[in-house]
Amino acid sequence: MSKALLEVKNLRIEFPNRRGLLTAVDDVSFSIAPGEVLGVVGESGAGKSLTGAAIIGLLEPPGRIASGEILLDGQRIDNLPYEAMRKIRGRQIGAIFQDPLTSLNPLYTVGRQLVETVTTHLDLSESAAKDRAVKLLEEVGIPAARERVDHYPHQFSGGMRQRVVIALALAAEPKVIIADEPTTALDVSIQAQIITLLKRLCRDHGTAVMLVTHDMGVIAETADRVAVMYAGRVVEMGPVADVIHKPQHPYTVGLMGSIPEFESDRERLIQIDGAMPRLDAIPQGCAFNPRCNKVFDMCKTSRPELMAAAASRAACWLHDSRLVRSDSRITRSESGLAR
Amino acid sequence: MTTPFVQLKNVSKTFDVSAPWLNRVIERKPQSFLHAVSDLSFDIQRGETLALVGESGCGKSTVARLIVGLYASSTGSVMIDGQDMRIALTSNNEAARALRRKVQMIFQDPYASLNPRWRVADIVAEPIRTHRLIPDGAALDKRVAKLLGYVKLTAKDGEKYPHQFSGGQRQRISIARALASNPEFLICDDPTSALDVSVQAQVLNLMKDLQREMGLTYLFISHNLQVVHHIADRVGVMYLGRVVEIGDKKEVFGAPQHPYTRMLLDAIPDLHMTGKARTPVAGEVPNPLNPPSGCAFNPRCPRKFEPCDKTRPELVNIHGRQVACFAATSAQNSATETVMTLS
Ligand SMILES: Nc1ncnc2c1ncn2[C@@H]1O[C@H](COP(=O)(O)OP(=O)(O)OP(=O)(O)O)[C@@H](O)[C@H]1O
Ligand SMILES: Nc1ncnc2c1ncn2[C@@H]1O[C@H](COP(=O)(O)OP(=O)(O)OP(=O)(O)O)[C@@H](O)[C@H]1O
Ligand code: SF4
Ligand code: SF4
Ligand SMILES: [Mg+2]
Ligand SMILES: [Mg+2]
Repeated sequence: MSKALLEVKNLRIEFPNRRGLLTAVDDVSFSIAPGEVLGVVGESGAGKSLTGAAIIGLLEPPGRIASGEILLDGQRIDNLPYEAMRKIRGRQIGAIFQDPLTSLNPLYTVGRQLVETVTTHLDLSESAAKDRAVKLLEEVGIPAARERVDHYPHQFSGGMRQRVVIALALAAEPKVIIADEPTTALDVSIQAQIITLLKRLCRDHGTAVMLVTHDMGVIAETADRVAVMYAGRVVEMGPVADVIHKPQHPYTVGLMGSIPEFESDRERLIQIDGAMPRLDAIPQGCAFNPRCNKVFDMCKTSRPELMAAAASRAACWLHDSRLVRSDSRITRSESGLAR
Repeated sequence: MTTPFVQLKNVSKTFDVSAPWLNRVIERKPQSFLHAVSDLSFDIQRGETLALVGESGCGKSTVARLIVGLYASSTGSVMIDGQDMRIALTSNNEAARALRRKVQMIFQDPYASLNPRWRVADIVAEPIRTHRLIPDGAALDKRVAKLLGYVKLTAKDGEKYPHQFSGGQRQRISIARALASNPEFLICDDPTSALDVSVQAQVLNLMKDLQREMGLTYLFISHNLQVVHHIADRVGVMYLGRVVEIGDKKEVFGAPQHPYTRMLLDAIPDLHMTGKARTPVAGEVPNPLNPPSGCAFNPRCPRKFEPCDKTRPELVNIHGRQVACFAATSAQNSATETVMTLS
């Protein structure tokens, strides 16, 4: 594999509050090579967006990086001053945020916002920038882009606004794209178009993409590798086909089982009972233990780190080679995903 | 059949998207209008879930906003439980207030719909206070805690502000708020789009449980067709501001009749296709400022024939659902076809 373009090492994000420190992201590490798409999935509130925000230097205080490093092309960027980071953002790292409205200014037309981003980072004249703005809107599937470029964000539908945000992130041809739920508000067809666009950027320009989404179909289609997050940590990481079809961590198994399917006629969906722990009440040992149907003594006392598990790595004691527990290993048929 | 709980009759919404007057004069631009929703009619029975699906920008959220009265319709009427929504929104009598309590909406953009300066407990309690359902105090706190519990948040989370939550958690806050006033009709605009599949399963199960226990009626907008398949009784497929196919979920998903519905179903990603690309609906997304003549789908339609770009097909009853397509109706080969309005 070629050298990593983006590297996150032992990232820890904390929120100081009245009662002490909340750890929202704990010891998260991953790397993305040029042209690679890393899918990030996981429970709502697991820390996916915060990890993305930390990478682009937009963690909102009082949240802060408590320890760890973030490297772009081998250079540390987590300790850069604001101004230097501002130049990297947009130009080197493009970000698509989860809330499209917060990244758009309601007072300016969509075109003006695109032109501004383009001219800040690229050496283009006003009219060339406008042409590029129209082309970007066309690429993300906005019909009649030449006319609609002069409209305001509130005149666009939810999915159209999301696509404008994507166009903004791509405007300066960044090397790394952090895409946080980029296709949630899009219909399946436009979604396919956006994904084709992202994959083309990876292939042709060697762009590295961190793709946060809960849509497993999109992950299956787009990602090369997948990281699964739970309660601030990566609990499983591996090649996409393995994580989806041979999940190794009991949380991932439950996650894959909750996907609604066309073939099924069941009245209720399978769910993982219970809820993710609050940040100030993360249980000792494995954070998933109160909800895990495979839990055993060790899970309640010591916390598992990522360890080899089939073709992936999983943070689960079931995969500890020192423990002879082959009886309770998760097999493919047990996971209910053998198809 | 009893009168439907929700009844839309020939509802249209046109937006004026012209450039400012001065620019129009200087740049000689004409006025321009966008027909977001055209001549839409459908019913929803009490206790039923109707899902609306269709391309991004086809008018789904506009329909939702028309129903709750956030937009005034350009033509047509919306009746809920026998009352005209437009009258209910402007008058202040007992019946109108009761209707407003009964109809609630979950917005597509969860963050923008939550007041950033309010604590979450107050956001969730707001509909209860507005409609004076429970006085402030222990009983209200208990109710708010229960609502937060429904969406897997805790009473303690109520003390925090919206920005302290993740995207999916915010979406759950807006679901809790929508349930606060014990609504009878809930309009859900992509309510689970930001939720991971395991929380999504919990929320969908909750919605079904509530429907069973309290007879709730849902209008459910989503791009996730698997979710729609799971939750809906009937499905309406929209294209460029109009319903092109509507009927029982099993009929529409099982044997789609409109070419657009077919292409939409083919574009669904699935888990078995790692690395493969899927087929998006072919052709250009139409321009709502200047829609194609005749059937709006004709430039992208593989079954297009003579009448398609001249006349607009009306919704017609075939195969147990309604379809607006000449090819589908001529295949049905019925000289006796009855052009139906939706009621
Ligand atoms: N400003 C803040 N103050 C306190 N806690 C916060 C703040 N911002 C986020 N959090 C907490 O950090 C955790 C991780 O949030 P994050 O937004 O990264 O989740 P996520 O994985 O992106 O979830 P989702 O899928 O729902 O978007 C959540 O539990 C959230 O409540
Ligand atoms: N306030 C407005 N002013 C002008 N045009 C509008 C306004 N609101 C919506 N539109 C336009 O009306 C059309 C339908 O928008 P709507 O938001 O209903 O789409 P939608 O089906 O909900 O799409 P999505 O799936 O992307 O949310 C779009 O072309 C949109 O640009
Ligand atoms: S470590 Fe134990 S509790 Fe945690 S996921 Fe594995 S088996 Fe379950
Ligand atoms: S009416 Fe004609 S163009 Fe429209 S969907 Fe049917 S066959 Fe295609
Ligand atoms: Mg998030
Ligand atoms: Mg919408």
